[in-house]
Amino acid sequence: MTHVLDPNALADTSGGTGTLPDPFADVTRSNDAFRAFLHGLPGVDQVGAEARAKVLGTRSIKTTAKAWALDTAISMVDLTTLEGSDTPGKVRALAAKARRPDPTDPSCPAVAAVCVYGDLAGVAKEALAGTGINVAAVATAFPSGRASREVKLADVRDAVANGADEIDMVIDRGAFLTGRYLDVFEEIVAVKEACGSAHLKVILETGELVTLDAVRRASWLAMLAGGDFIKTSTGKVSPAATLPVCLVMLEAVRDFRAATGRQVGVKPAGGIRTTKDAVKHLVLINETVGADWLSPDWFRFGASSLLNDLLLQRQKLRTGHYSGPDHVSVD
Amino acid sequence: MSDRLTVRKTYKLYLGGAFPRSESGRTYEVHDTRGHFLANAAWASRKDGRDAVVAARAAFGKWSGATAYNRGQVLYRVAEVMEGRAAQFTEEVAAGEGLSTAKARAAVDAAIDRWVWYAGWTDKLAAVLGSTNPVAGPYFGFSVPEPTGVVAVLAPQRSSLLGLVSVLAPVLAAGNTAVVVSSKERPLPAITLGEVLATSDVPGGVVNLLTGDAAEIGPWLAEHADVDAIDLAGAPAPLAMELERSAAGTIKRVLRAATDEPDWTADPGLSRLRPFLETKSVWHPIGV
Repeated sequence: MTHVLDPNALADTSGGTGTLPDPFADVTRSNDAFRAFLHGLPGVDQVGAEARAKVLGTRSIKTTAKAWALDTAISMVDLTTLEGSDTPGKVRALAAKARRPDPTDPSCPAVAAVCVYGDLAGVAKEALAGTGINVAAVATAFPSGRASREVKLADVRDAVANGADEIDMVIDRGAFLTGRYLDVFEEIVAVKEACGSAHLKVILETGELVTLDAVRRASWLAMLAGGDFIKTSTGKVSPAATLPVCLVMLEAVRDFRAATGRQVGVKPAGGIRTTKDAVKHLVLINETVGADWLSPDWFRFGASSLLNDLLLQRQKLRTGHYSGPDHVSVD
Repeated sequence: MSDRLTVRKTYKLYLGGAFPRSESGRTYEVHDTRGHFLANAAWASRKDGRDAVVAARAAFGKWSGATAYNRGQVLYRVAEVMEGRAAQFTEEVAAGEGLSTAKARAAVDAAIDRWVWYAGWTDKLAAVLGSTNPVAGPYFGFSVPEPTGVVAVLAPQRSSLLGLVSVLAPVLAAGNTAVVVSSKERPLPAITLGEVLATSDVPGGVVNLLTGDAAEIGPWLAEHADVDAIDLAGAPAPLAMELERSAAGTIKRVLRAATDEPDWTADPGLSRLRPFLETKSVWHPIGV
């Protein structure tokens, strides 16, 4: 097995972001070189990251700022259903909710995307035709990622053929944790190629990466390999998205843009259930990477129950009294 | 005289089975009828009210789904634990309401008896308020009482224990969950009742006790879309009318306040059980 990667060969096959950005042109010349690069990234001060995330979580967002945060958060939601029991009917119901999250209020924005398994992407695509809402499909043997590369690539091609606009792939955590970084890198590059014009979100599954240092390395790895988004989790592993993890990933995309000029999005997923959590993430973005990322093009929430809580809060702001779960749909 | 330092108490709310401080961080001083300091109580805010409604809604399925027999056993157990705390209740009622120890003790006894009485009602409601209806066809027609849901209770301002028990116990016996705003000036028996509930078998969230001002929290509960009914026992007349009007926005059941606080020792009959029950009628084919 060779670890020598020819940058030109990449450029030939993947079209878009194949060639590594200039300062990092040869960091993937061998696994050892790549390992040296990733381990040479500045270490993360875990206590500091947790303290920073905690202190930003105490900001009080009220009145007009809150109204703006609610609408922004709704427009950033990737409305997700990833259950073995999913049916075309459930996906259509979810698509209807994605178009008009609050049927009683036309001013409520639509969500960014609907996230489903690849085989249901076609159903979602049809239900969302003409709305501008994207269809995201999870692929590459989601959620474990334990399959051969051929199977994973076939999974991706199938999802794209079904009409997915965005592909959420999982990295091979086993390879990552045993230090075979170049394998992980090559796999992402291959998936990116199979995606064609579809956007690629790379799921790091930070709950399995153990340390924040590993999160920073995985973030850089995914960005160098051409991921358009880096995503925290599958939602199937606990802990999923936490504020310190999101902080580290935001710092990574900030540093990556400063070094290469390419902007990469961030998507926390799993465990964000309340409006308060969502607003904390928005504060974190604004204070870490700035307003450039405060848009559905660059930041998403992977969530299902979060949307209902956002809608309840929105109804509270609109009507002046508290709303209740009878006034939003049961998913 | 003992040279022990006085242990001064700062009480908290009873919310979702736990004892949190008020979200607002506020407390207020509670005095006896002669103005002596008794304790600090948490001064609940509208957001505590909101959290209490969430807790009560979450607890509703389990409590309303329990068998009537089981609910009766659990409520009887509450009375048992109250009996063990009778001395503490007596002291608090005497201080708060300015009664002699004997009169306070009589009020406490009446409160415990009232609780036992309501505990006995849980498995009799369906027989008394339900019916098998005569229908002109090959059907059975049944009507059965079911709990209304989450009930907001503004507890009486003067009768701090007997009044509180008289409004809270029927709500629970009918299978509802409750968000209670205690008497503002006399909250201590309510706080102790919270400690009783926490150490008996009532699931967390079935009763949520907020100490504070009914005039402050009441309007939020009356307008809240996830509150199904409101008991205005402790709302003064002008406020009660205003609350009744805003409760109409979400079509709540409203139990009106008497113009003056009633004599709580009188037999209440079904007057406080019936308002928090909904009648469900079912048609069922006969045979095969």
